[in-house]
Amino acid sequence: MSLIKRIVLDVLKPHQPNALDFASAIADQKSGSRVKVTVTEMDEKTETTVVVIESDDIPYHEIVDTITALGASVHSIDEVEVSNPSSEV
Amino acid sequence: MFDRLRFLFQLARAHSIARRYFITNGFDGALTILGLNMGFYVSGGVDVAVAISACLGAAIALTVSGFASAYVSEAAEREQELRELEQALVRDLEDTAHGRAARLVPLLIGTVNGFSPFLMALVIITPLWLSQAGIALPMAPLEVSIVVAFISLFLLGAFIGRVSGRFWLWSGLRTLLIAALTAGIILVVGG
Repeated sequence: MSLIKRIVLDVLKPHQPNALDFASAIADQKSGSRVKVTVTEMDEKTETTVVVIESDDIPYHEIVDTITALGASVHSIDEVEVSNPSSEV
Repeated sequence: MFDRLRFLFQLARAHSIARRYFITNGFDGALTILGLNMGFYVSGGVDVAVAISACLGAAIALTVSGFASAYVSEAAEREQELRELEQALVRDLEDTAHGRAARLVPLLIGTVNGFSPFLMALVIITPLWLSQAGIALPMAPLEVSIVVAFISLFLLGAFIGRVSGRFWLWSGLRTLLIAALTAGIILVVGG
């Protein structure tokens, strides 16, 4: 079974929680993960963000559930990197 | 659980609102009880038990009024904000942190708004209770209660000063002046 190593998501979120709390909540889903949130566009009530998550094995569905519970929604998966453990050197 | 509540409070940016309500209604409560005690004082004094009952009655009424008014207005505001956010995000937010905050924050703010005058009233009534319990006071119980009301209002003013970043003493003296003005008017009108 392939493991998700890196994923880039286009996420529309409310201003609250802010990018720091938002990134922390996502990072809390997987220890050892790295999360980068970049705000690319800001409206009166929302902001469009690019969320980059890196980990040994990203729990995609848990991540999406967390994002959804924080009032945001995933618009698209812009980039993904997966690997098959048996093929790793 | 407290972390969760703190998160929802942060999410709803409710800290400053709760603080404002605490100050506003706490001030109302302290001034109301001061007014009651001044009324008793200028009328020549009443039995301590009567003064306690009257002050407690006013405190309970302020608590219920404070809770209900803050809850109703905050719930309406939060509901409207949630609907606007839902429109902006084009999704339902009832099962999200925002939905929970919209339901929970009005309750918490209502509680703060309701209990702040109750707390102030309890502090001001304390000398009356002590007197009723047979504890000797340096002055007549009503007078001590009035002094405690002045001190409470000064401390509330000092707290406002700390929050606003102004010099706490001036802020405390300002609320003390308001209390003295109130007491003076009651003395003139009722005396």
